[in-house]
Parts: sequence; structure tokens; C-alpha cells
Amino acid sequence: MRHLISVLIENESGALSRVAGLFSARGYNIESLTVAPTEDPSLSRMTIITTGSDDVIEQITKHLNKLIETVKVVDLSEAPHLERELMLLKVRATGKDREEMKRMADIFRARIVDVTDTTYVIELTGNQGKLDAFIQAIDPALILETVRSGVCGIGRGERVLRV
Amino acid sequence: MLLTGAEIVVQCLQRENVKYVFGYPGGAVLHIYDAFFQQDEIRHVLVRHEQAAVHAADGYARASGEVGVALVTSGPGATNAVTGIATAYCDSIPVVILSGQVPTAMIGQDAFQEVDTVGITRPCVKHNFLVKDVVELADTLKKAFHIARTGRPGPVLVDIPKDVSAAKCEFRYPETVSMRSYNPVVKGHQGQIRKAIKALREAERPILYAGGGVILADAADELTALARRLGAPVTTTLMALGAYPASDRQFLGMPGMHGTYEANLALHHADVVLSIGARFDDRVIGSPEHFASEPRTIIHIDIDPSSIGKRVKADLPIVGDVRHVLADFLRILDEEGVTAPSEALAPWWERIEQWRARRCLAYEQPAEGPIKPQYVIETLWKVTKGDAIVTSDVGQHQMWAAQYYRFDHPRRWLNSGGLGTMGVGLPYAMGARFARPDAPVVCVTGEASIQMCIQELSTCKQFRLPLKIVNLNNGYLGMVRQWQQLFHGGRYSESYMDSLPDFAALARAYGHVGIRVDRPADLQPALERAFSEHANELVFLDVRIDPRENVYPMIQGGKGLTEMILSADSL
Repeated sequence: MRHLISVLIENESGALSRVAGLFSARGYNIESLTVAPTEDPSLSRMTIITTGSDDVIEQITKHLNKLIETVKVVDLSEAPHLERELMLLKVRATGKDREEMKRMADIFRARIVDVTDTTYVIELTGNQGKLDAFIQAIDPALILETVRSGVCGIGRGERVLRV
Repeated sequence: MLLTGAEIVVQCLQRENVKYVFGYPGGAVLHIYDAFFQQDEIRHVLVRHEQAAVHAADGYARASGEVGVALVTSGPGATNAVTGIATAYCDSIPVVILSGQVPTAMIGQDAFQEVDTVGITRPCVKHNFLVKDVVELADTLKKAFHIARTGRPGPVLVDIPKDVSAAKCEFRYPETVSMRSYNPVVKGHQGQIRKAIKALREAERPILYAGGGVILADAADELTALARRLGAPVTTTLMALGAYPASDRQFLGMPGMHGTYEANLALHHADVVLSIGARFDDRVIGSPEHFASEPRTIIHIDIDPSSIGKRVKADLPIVGDVRHVLADFLRILDEEGVTAPSEALAPWWERIEQWRARRCLAYEQPAEGPIKPQYVIETLWKVTKGDAIVTSDVGQHQMWAAQYYRFDHPRRWLNSGGLGTMGVGLPYAMGARFARPDAPVVCVTGEASIQMCIQELSTCKQFRLPLKIVNLNNGYLGMVRQWQQLFHGGRYSESYMDSLPDFAALARAYGHVGIRVDRPADLQPALERAFSEHANELVFLDVRIDPRENVYPMIQGGKGLTEMILSADSL
């Protein structure tokens, strides 16, 4: 089962490697991991996408909690939540492909944020599925570069993860 | 007042009531050693290898219950310490390790004696710190001691660059620690505890299964009181020997790979298992699937939630400090008017007594020899009146010591249960002697293990430690040889050790007393002399034992608790 785990952790050097080291040392999967400071610069927020049986996920959340610098851990996928990922895609945009690429970007509500005579950089935000679908929808031969941020998640409504 | 980082280190250790620091100097810690030189409150114990510094600090912690402290230099000093740190981590022992580091401006430049100590030790510490600014030093050290001793204890490393130990700042030691990210649970959930008591009172075949957590939490008295109140059998793991008196009728011995017949069968057939500070380790229950084949209620008390549900599913998890939780058990039993054990357990005890009647630890000592290792341990127990602090290394001798030295008190049995580190025995004995200068301290070891830290005989001479070393010398890596005999067709690949030193002579070369024992009749007199005539000296008894003796009972790795090999005859 795929899980989306959010972690509030002290923004200290080494905190990220403690989390990454925990996953590798115990043989857990990390599908994606994002981390950045919160409105309180002493705290970082991580979003980890991982897969595993219920037992494994239970151990993952327990071990994340056990890290001395961890303030809070929540499995967001246990309740309604939002997931977003940012993708920057550099594509070849010449001839008839130029217009086609613009149309595809419009359909997916993506934005073209850099334009040259031969290329576009397209910015697209959404859940993982939407980003995957966009890549599926365009001609792979035209993709020059793909950069994805990894998933950020937040609970819906009054469900708040803070100190 | 402005103090240097090095002086702050000394001040902080004094505030933490540290009496001994086990260490080894080097370039990156010269300022700290200079500060040690200028005080006499804390005694520095100069070991001969950094691994032994951490082991000795760990042994000190195990014997005393206080935080042990080790001090090593950067680079090789730190890497040599890693085995000691990992050993302490696996057994949850509170140790603070101070390591020197190259100056902050040189970090990352592959400087002389530079390694990423924080990176290397990260997976085998409870936590670690790199102090980049002297103003953070006192707070960091306060946190290090706090983290090491609270919750599930463990080693904490503080890496101190050389310029930080030289820099000056105003010293102020914090009175308290407050960390929003670290607040271990102490008190157990009362509802869960009441449910657990109900399950135990309704049980037909209960068992108390106690682990190292009982020792760490100093909960031996509470465990004993609970066991007496319930009348249930008790088994204690290798890490918990002494947490319940071995001489008591309710004690079944140790469970697991080399556990007793009665302990293993009782643990397997129990209908309610109360696990107290134990973790259903692979050396204890073997295969989790086999263990789970019997329907039963498992109550699991542990201060570390990640230990619960890791190997076996717990029906009633209770997170909390074992001593607090057991005290709550006793209080609630008081409230419920349960003062004496239930008569309903009589049939369960009848079954247990039948298992016990197998006398799985019986052996015969032929008068003419060879000396049986079991006889050595039993004689040691007799000569020391069962009251010594016994340390061991890892292997057959460790299991024989665990099986035949009947520990009645906690913190008397020191060994590397989790990591299984050969070489801990002698430094553990050193640490134990500093912790308990009045107590007889014996290191039971083997000719292979002792050589992994034998250089510490020199430290023992310098500090006049009257340890007694009982070397069960069979010329083999005995446990390896046993596995090769049983599971590898008798192909003894590299398990025989040729060209061993004359250990008695070697001990004498270090300035100690060395005695070789070849005949059974000489054993007890030699041991008695070690504790009388040579009471104030280190005595190295090199005991030549039967090289073919194996440790029984035995459960093969991955098998279940009912699949015991009881003796060589049952192979």
C-alpha cells in the first residue's frame, strides 16, 4: 500500500540523513521525499511517499517518531488530504509541434514559463497521476528534460500538523 | 567567567557527577586533555585501544546504572570506538562518547585524522552532535547526558572540533533540558494495564518473560514482587539474568537458542505471555511463525514503541518505563485485593515440573578430566558464593556462564547480548571494578575472545585492578566449531587456533599472576587462591577445558522453541 507520511522535524544539519539512513538501514522504500523549512525556520516539514504492508508502515512511523529530532509524524493517507507535485518539463517546440505543445499545456492547465525559438519550459502542478498523464500525452521524442519536485501533502479541513 | 571549550567539557562532566572518563589522547583532543590535567575531580583511565575505552565506559554503566563516559580523538580514535558504540547501542546502554574533530575550518578537506565521525556513527547511536560553536557546547553536553539516560537509554556521541575546544565563551550549565522533539513516555496507559491484569488473572498458563529493560529500569524488585504475587513462572533473557533470583523456584532459567527446556516449553505453551522490557529477539524465540503457531495473549511492556509489534504481534501493548508500569500493576493488584498466588496455576506448575525434571543442564565431570566448562562455572559460583560481578565475551563460554552461574541480583552479569562483540569481557570487567570497587569482578572468557582486547592487561596493571580472568581455553572458536560440527558436516573451517600464547606467562609479562589449570582437582584450589592469596592482584586462570564440549540445549537458527537439541546423544 502507498502511504504519504508527513514529518515535522528540527531544521538541523543531519536531520535529513537520519531519515534517509533509517529507510536504507531497515530496508524500507522511499518513492519520493521532499523537505523544506516551514513558517517557523527552526522546523522542517518532510513529505515521504513510501509503500509497505500495514506492519511495515507501523514500524516506519514508529522509527520516524523515535528519531530525537522528530517533533511529529502523521500518516496523511489515513484521512482526506491533498497531494501536489511540481514538474518542470523542457520540450522541443519547433514547427507544428510548437502549437501542439501549447494546446496540450492549456488542456492540462500547465504554464509555459520559458520560451526560445526551439524550446519551451512547461510548469505543471498536480497530483502524481496528473503529471504522469501529461508525460503520457505528449510525444516522448520531444521531451528534453524532466524535473519533478516530489510530492507535498497536507490534510484537508481542520486536520492540522503543527507543534 | 570565560572558559575554553575544553574547560567547559570538564565543568559539564563534573556537573553530571562523572567520576571516571575512559579514554585515549590524540591531536584533536589535546586541549581537553590539558584541561583534565588541571583538575582532580574526574579520574581519567588511560586504556590501550579506543574500543576498550567505550567498552569500559559501557561496562561501568551496566554495573552502576550511571552514564559511562569515553573520550577519544578524531579519525582512527573515533573509528576504533565504533565497535564499542555499536555494542552499547544494541544493548541500550547509556554512554556519552566525546570525540575530537579537526578544526571547523578544515572539516571536509580530508585533513589529517579526519573522518565524518557523526556520519559513521549515525546508525549506531541514539543520537549524535557536531558542535560547531563553543557557545553551544554546554547545552549540547547537557542534552547528550539527558538523551543517553532517559527513555530507552543508549550511546550519544558529541564530536568536538579542536578550535571549539580552544575557543572561549561564558560558561553556564543549564539546570534542565527541554526538547520539544524528545519526550519519552514514562507512565503506562492505565486502561491497558488493567486489561493486562485481567488477562493475567484469568490465565491458566501465564509466564513472565523479562528482558534487559528490567535491568535498565532498575525494576528487579517490582518484577520479583509481581511474580510472587501472581505465582507465575519467570524466564529472563540473557540480558536480564539477575533481574529475578535464579535460586527461586519460580525461575525457569533463560529462554532461547541455549535456554532451558522448561523455559522454552513454558514460553511456547503459555496462554498469556507478559513480556517486560524484552523484544522477542531471534535468539530468544527463533522463528516468529513457529512462535505464533500457538494461540495466546501477548502483553508487551516496552519504553520503545518500535520494539512492540516488530517481531511478534502484541495483543496488549503498553508503552512506558518498566518500573513505573510494574509499580502500577502491583498497585492495582493491591486495589483488587490480590495478595497471594492463585491455586488455579497448580496444573500448569505440574507440567513445568515435568519439563524441569528432564534436568537439561545436567553434565558429568570425570575425576581424571578433561575439565568440563560447566564444572568451571559451577565451581566459580561456589567459590564466589554466587555474588561476583561476572563479565563475559561472546561464544560458548558466554552461554555456559549464563547457564551455570546462577545470578540472584541485577547488574552482576555483563555481556554483549545484542551485537555479540568478542573482546568486551576484559574492558567490561575494568569498568565494573571502577563502578563497584568493593565487589569481586570475574571475566569469564575464551582464548579467542580475550585476544581481541588483551592489551588491556596493561591498563589493569596501571590502575591495580584485581580482576579475576577465567579463560575457558579449548583451542577452538568453540561456538563456530559447534555450528560446523552440527550444521556443516564437521568441516572445521578456520575455527582451530594454532600458536596460542602461554596465557599464564603472558599475564605474568604484564605484571599479573598467571596460573594454568589442567586437572579438575586443581580448579577449586586455584580459584580459591585467586580470591584469597591473590585477592589484591589480577589473576589470569588459563583453564584447559574439554575441546569437544558443546553448549546444550540448542535450537538451530530459525527453528521453533519446541525443536530443542538436548544433548549430543539426541543428535
